Amino acid sequence: MTIPTKKKMAPAASKLYADDVSLLMVLIDTNPFFWNSINTSLSFSKFISNVLAFLNSILLLNQLNQVVVIATGYNSCDYIFDSSALQNHNQKGESLLQKLEEFVDKDESLCRDDSVDGPGFSLLSGSLSMALCYIQKVFRSGPLHPRPRILCLHGSPDGPGQYVAIMNAIFSAQRSMVPIDSCIIGAQHSAFLQQASYITSGIYLKPQLLDGLFQYLTTVFATDLHSRSFLQLPKPVGVDFRAACFCHKNTIDMGYICSVCLSIFCKHHKKCSTCGSVFGQAQTQDSSTPDRKRKTSVDN
Amino acid sequence: MYSLLVPSFCAINKLSSALFQGGNYIFEFDSFADRDICREFVAAAIAFHGETGKSTSEKPAAALQDEQLSTAEMEHRIKLLQEDNELQRLHKQFVIGGILTEAEFWATRKKLLDQNDRRKPKQRVALKNEMWSVKPLSDGQSNRVTFNLTPEIIHQIFAEKPAVRQAYLKFVPNKMSEKEFWTKYSRAEYLHSTKNVVAAAAEAAEDEELAVFLKQDDMLTNEARRKIRRVDPTLDMEADVGDDYMHLPDHGLLREESKDVLDSQYEPYRRYFSQDLNQHAAVVLQGRVVDVELGDTRSVAEALARTKQAELANEVSDGNLEKDLSHRISRVAEIEDLQGPRDLAVAPLCIKDPRDYFDSQQANALKPLGDAGSGVKTLKFNVSSVEAYGSLRELISEIRVTGLSEPITDPEVAFKVLSGLTQNISSTKYHLGKSPHESILDSLPKVTKEDLLHHWTSIQELLKHFWSSYPITTKYLYTKVTRLKDAMSQVYPKLQEIKESVQSDFRHQVSLLVQPMLQALDAAFAHYDADVQKRSAKSGERPNGFM
Repeated sequence: MTIPTKKKMAPAASKLYADDVSLLMVLIDTNPFFWNSINTSLSFSKFISNVLAFLNSILLLNQLNQVVVIATGYNSCDYIFDSSALQNHNQKGESLLQKLEEFVDKDESLCRDDSVDGPGFSLLSGSLSMALCYIQKVFRSGPLHPRPRILCLHGSPDGPGQYVAIMNAIFSAQRSMVPIDSCIIGAQHSAFLQQASYITSGIYLKPQLLDGLFQYLTTVFATDLHSRSFLQLPKPVGVDFRAACFCHKNTIDMGYICSVCLSIFCKHHKKCSTCGSVFGQAQTQDSSTPDRKRKTSVDN
Repeated sequence: MYSLLVPSFCAINKLSSALFQGGNYIFEFDSFADRDICREFVAAAIAFHGETGKSTSEKPAAALQDEQLSTAEMEHRIKLLQEDNELQRLHKQFVIGGILTEAEFWATRKKLLDQNDRRKPKQRVALKNEMWSVKPLSDGQSNRVTFNLTPEIIHQIFAEKPAVRQAYLKFVPNKMSEKEFWTKYSRAEYLHSTKNVVAAAAEAAEDEELAVFLKQDDMLTNEARRKIRRVDPTLDMEADVGDDYMHLPDHGLLREESKDVLDSQYEPYRRYFSQDLNQHAAVVLQGRVVDVELGDTRSVAEALARTKQAELANEVSDGNLEKDLSHRISRVAEIEDLQGPRDLAVAPLCIKDPRDYFDSQQANALKPLGDAGSGVKTLKFNVSSVEAYGSLRELISEIRVTGLSEPITDPEVAFKVLSGLTQNISSTKYHLGKSPHESILDSLPKVTKEDLLHHWTSIQELLKHFWSSYPITTKYLYTKVTRLKDAMSQVYPKLQEIKESVQSDFRHQVSLLVQPMLQALDAAFAHYDADVQKRSAKSGERPNGFM
């Protein structure tokens, strides 16, 4: 579905706002294991300073713009900045950093693993859901509100256990007509965010030169939704629509599908782990042939 | 000469094998529908025989003996094929080409077949616009005036004049016969046409039944009152051509209104042209409300009465209409301060045509499975959480201390980024098109695009049947799989042909688009070969009888 970004799709009453008033939800990846394992030129401090400068410029673009920052941690997510809730406008950066530190402390206290291999996974599904809830609250706050969008600054690899939750968040964003932009600061592409940006008509970008992250952010991600109808923005060549199997979380091309709940498995199972349906007997002794399973019983 | 009353598919097939013994045949049918059905199948049979020869003509006849399809189902399938070009192509390619049987083809499309089995004809005939103007045939000699009442006219009379309808239901056949009823009615009409209101009043006084026709229609006035309550009070100020009522007096119709002033006792017998005109227009615009055969007058009257009753009941029970109207009024003539919270704007969910996703698959062509595109190797050492969080905290305090650096980015780096982005955007715009969802497919010549998409859908169809035949348990499945495999192997050269037929600048894109199809076919073949090997290994003997 193409989401028209023309004004006529916005709620009728926001014509009292100028076209380009936006509410930007920024989800920053604060997974410590990822930041620890990254060996490119972007350190976390440089990253945060770029992001702070970017947030300042968004707020400068229009007096009515709002910015909300959510930190995506390893064990939890939380709001760390809300521009509309601030009394002292000179202390924006300070308050953000303060809250960020508190968040990191809290996240550490929730940590149950003593050590982690590699970059680990951050809770993207949690922060997406929080962003969407905030947006819904703004929608219901009255007839006048800015046009919301979500920007994910993400670097950790995709957590396959979050596949279902992320897809649900994506569809709910699509239905509310909220674009999800993705800026990948990690080493590999993220299939989930590619899908998210494709389905919600957002922008997906993996910057080549991470040094110039600020330039990428202001050129591409600072554009408001009204301007996107006449600005040319980068778009990816293709989207990886392959699904992940539900048992091992590997990306697969061929597999088994439960005909009741459409869960995907890479190997033959006796029972669907999502909906509990029992699969029919395989008619061949060869258990590694992929084929469609027929349902024998539907009781759940 | 063969005369076919109810063609069945098996009969046609038997016939078609007979047909090809030679000679010409003429068929005679009872109706156009029968002829069309037959024509489709004979054409299909001819095409089939022409392509595949006689030897295979036994097979579909044999397979189809199992399916006794009714005419309606056959018609329905033909209609589905006629409406969807893509489906027809697939059907022609696979069923007529002998790769799939009819039953197999439709087995996966049960949903299509179940849908609207009995559809109404698309075009409905509306009511005549012509007002039944009184133009009786009268010969100048005698005093007889003849009125012609067709069922159509009767239907219209009942729709426009509820009092007449009610009178009909009441009087016929108790008090008078149908003929008498219409005679009286015609007399009333004649009286009206003479514009002699006084005479009308006089006759009405004598004949009670006639009075019903001569008086004004009370039921009509009640209906009108109800409708007035539902009129939308907001005014659309937009003027258009239809508002021109200045040039044609009486809108070109024949009646004239008499302007005499009469005594009040004659008032009920007066008829107003504008009322008639409005009621006529309303009825015509509403269209046919009942679908009854027009021949039987009584049933028409009853059906109309029932419809009106139902409408009335609906209006009474449907309180929502009033609510909707007030909503609409408040939206159009809006007083913003007094508005409550409005429902959120949401995008409707819809199921997309899978062909739209076709060209996005080229990304998969470039990435082998399991490799999520990581060019940079991430360090896979084990980090303790204390260390990780600690370093994160340090970095945060570092920023707090040092603050934002100036400049935030090195200008050269920024310039490089900007030019890189610009180049990227302009090159993709050149290659892939302007809007985010425009694709390389659109820039190919139309024929190529159609071919590619058709190949893709046919490969999907083949693969669907191929994969669903595993595991192979019966001989039937085995032959089916062999058939499908042969068909699939024929696709490779066709795809190659398409690649070569395109201009050289597009060749790379086309091969990217074709790649996923080839991969899918390769996977199927790999599986087929593996399965064949397993079977022969299991059965313990080599193929071809070798030891």
